[in-house]
Amino acid sequence: MPFDTTSMDTFRADIRTWLAENCPDGVRDGDMTQDAICWGGKNFKFESDDQKQWMEVCAANGLTCPTWPVEYGGGGFTRDQEKVWLEELEAIDARMPLLSFGIWMLGPALLHFGSHEQKLHYLPPICRGEIRWCQGYSEPGAGSDLANVQSKGEDKGDHWLVNGQKVWTSYADKADWIFALIRTDSDAPKHKGISFLLFDMHGGGVTTRPIKLISGASPFCETFFDDVKVPKDQIVGEENKGWDVAKYLLTHEREMISGSGSSRGAGRSLGKVLSDANNGAMDATLRAEAMAVDIEEMAVELTIERYKDQAAGGQGVGDASAMLKYAGTELNKRKHELFMSAGGSTALEWDGATGSLPADWLRTKANSIEGGTSEVMLSILSKRVLGLPG
Amino acid sequence: MANLTLTEDETMLVDSARGFLDSASPVEKFRELRDAGKAYNPEIWKQMADLGWTGVLVPEDQGGIDMGHTAANLLATEMGKTLVSSPFISTAVMAATALRQVSDNPRAAEALNQIAAGEITYGLAIDEGPKHSPDCTMMEAKKVGNGFELSGDKTFVVDGANADRLLVLARTGDGDALTLFDIPADRAGITRTTQNMIDARDSAAINFDKVEATGEDIIGSVDNAMDVLKPALNAGAAALSAEMIGLSSGAFGMTVGYLQERKQFGIVIGQFQALQHRAAHLWSEIEVTASTILNAGRMLDEDPENAELAVSLAKARASQTAKLAVVEGVQMHGGIGMTDAFDMGFFMKRARVAQEWLGDYGYHAEKIATAKGY
Ligand SMILES: Cc1cc2nc3c(=O)[nH]c(=O)nc-3n(C[C@H](O)[C@H](O)[C@H](O)COP(=O)(O)OP(=O)(O)OC[C@H]3O[C@@H](n4cnc5c(N)ncnc54)[C@H](O)[C@@H]3O)c2cc1C
Repeated sequence: MPFDTTSMDTFRADIRTWLAENCPDGVRDGDMTQDAICWGGKNFKFESDDQKQWMEVCAANGLTCPTWPVEYGGGGFTRDQEKVWLEELEAIDARMPLLSFGIWMLGPALLHFGSHEQKLHYLPPICRGEIRWCQGYSEPGAGSDLANVQSKGEDKGDHWLVNGQKVWTSYADKADWIFALIRTDSDAPKHKGISFLLFDMHGGGVTTRPIKLISGASPFCETFFDDVKVPKDQIVGEENKGWDVAKYLLTHEREMISGSGSSRGAGRSLGKVLSDANNGAMDATLRAEAMAVDIEEMAVELTIERYKDQAAGGQGVGDASAMLKYAGTELNKRKHELFMSAGGSTALEWDGATGSLPADWLRTKANSIEGGTSEVMLSILSKRVLGLPG
Repeated sequence: MANLTLTEDETMLVDSARGFLDSASPVEKFRELRDAGKAYNPEIWKQMADLGWTGVLVPEDQGGIDMGHTAANLLATEMGKTLVSSPFISTAVMAATALRQVSDNPRAAEALNQIAAGEITYGLAIDEGPKHSPDCTMMEAKKVGNGFELSGDKTFVVDGANADRLLVLARTGDGDALTLFDIPADRAGITRTTQNMIDARDSAAINFDKVEATGEDIIGSVDNAMDVLKPALNAGAAALSAEMIGLSSGAFGMTVGYLQERKQFGIVIGQFQALQHRAAHLWSEIEVTASTILNAGRMLDEDPENAELAVSLAKARASQTAKLAVVEGVQMHGGIGMTDAFDMGFFMKRARVAQEWLGDYGYHAEKIATAKGY
């Protein structure tokens, strides 16, 4: 690690100096709207040279995945060091250098279930933003009942022959590789016959068709598999035991979605933003709702921090992560409703002065659906955390 | 940002507190006190003192264990779970915090020793109207010769009917010119009237009729009460929030237990998704609020100057969560939840009082908005 870890103070000072020298001005606006997010991948079009340079300099220093081991391209940071890194990013309003399903979802699953060779092969390209991944879980008949997937992998000796259809595959048309749940044993009980396979979207047999959303955007697709050949070493975990990998990955996906709405840092208060926008004029209802959302947001952010601290201390959070997903996404929806009513008529135009406000508002409605619905989260909590009978 | 997990020492404190309270002060003990018309059990208070709890915020050279606010909050949480009634928050948390701000005052040093030893209790005579509002103090401290004469009425003085001493907030000038006095509760001119509160704990209305006070009775300096009182109010609000999260978990534990045992339509009611989801929602609220309380404790210990926002966040959240926990608790218990013979009502009544004491949701939400600049 290029940073002085003698103490937290020396570490922070080093990070600060490093940021002053390496973080380009063009990414110091904290803006993480869809267009500003750096996703990486073979076909990613960088918004600016600054965005590209920022990703590359961070990747070269393990800072795109700070807590991953150095040998796999990460920074080898502890949880407390990662906090310092994030705090210092926030202090200069810097964007995250790279976000991706590889970082949020596949990476943690590979770190836990992958072989050493798989980690060496797949993780560094994720850290460097070279390979963009998509998630092939949902199917037309397998949404909340995810274990009901029917896409099929036939055993052909050295490979599986995969046929079937996925749906709601976010960014499938932009992704290089997919991690998919495939049924490799049709006779076993539904949870026991699924394998977790990785394969190249451009290796033959995969087609995608975008689906348009209520926001006008089309970030996700129907994805079809026709005689896709998947070599045997592209399985994570054991054959027919993919459900364990799938569930582990989902806990990370949920944590990520739960934090997606947080503004990071209690400094930028929603109420203040609205008050400034209206020259201090807020009616009583709006102000009361802003207070309630501010309180909720600070409390949820603290809880996300607490759970991360617990996990770093070796106390697994497990099914309780469903709570973060539930609380975080319901909060995010509430917050965007507030933005819309504060904006009034100016918030109603697609390309008005408020920019992406209505599109963002519509997008948040998916937060409590994607990665498992709020109803499913509450069922997980009541059964697995509270022990209520099925 | 501070680490939001418990240290080994803190975990041990929680375990030992739970062990002690489960045998010494389960909810039945609260019922016995209520039926006997008693606010708290002095014997249990003495045992708490022997365990060091009354000195949790008292410096070691004044006989305390000085474990800090996070520890005080953890104790309050455990007490909340079984509705332990005691002057812990008034005395060991608030009075101790106020008094330790003025370590050069020999009277205060003596009082801290006595608090740690469990020998005296305090009530804080602050509020005069139905809502918490120290800034609106009207009680006058009139300058007479070298001293003062206190006249006026205080209400909702928690633990005030039994307290040995009172911290009294009075006006010594216009605007925010307030002064804090520490006087014995039996000083001439003080009349205490016990208020029969819904939570069956100690609360008093207190009349002060030309009560004499000298410069020695002042905690801090004239006209600057808030310098010493504010830390005490913050510490108290944090500990009270902690008690509320304890009582929320206590009520919630009863509710989940009931969902697993009560049968209707041939199945346990916990199988109904309508109830499962409400229980899971309530659990989520309790978890999220617990983070704010731990955060408030850490801020009071590590950065007290900037702890006010964290404390208001905890009190606002805890007030809402406790309300939800008891409302859902009664509802999901059905008819039995409404009976006096069942304990849930105790939780509901204590929650209502705790919501109000030291500022309710609206009071603290307002503080948050002001701190954030809107
Ligand atoms: C923006 C977005 C991006 C997505 N990205 C991806 C992706 O990249 N890859 C991928 O694989 N998937 C993705 N998904 C799919 C997502 O995971 C599913 O939509 C989700 O799991 C819900 O499944 P469903 O849509 O089939 O709804 P259904 O399961 O049909 O649910 C319909 C309604 O019934 C309720 N319901 C269902 N079962 C129960 C029950 N047992 N108890 C109570 N209520 C119940 C649900 O809560 C919901 O309200 C994405 C979805 C969205 C919206």
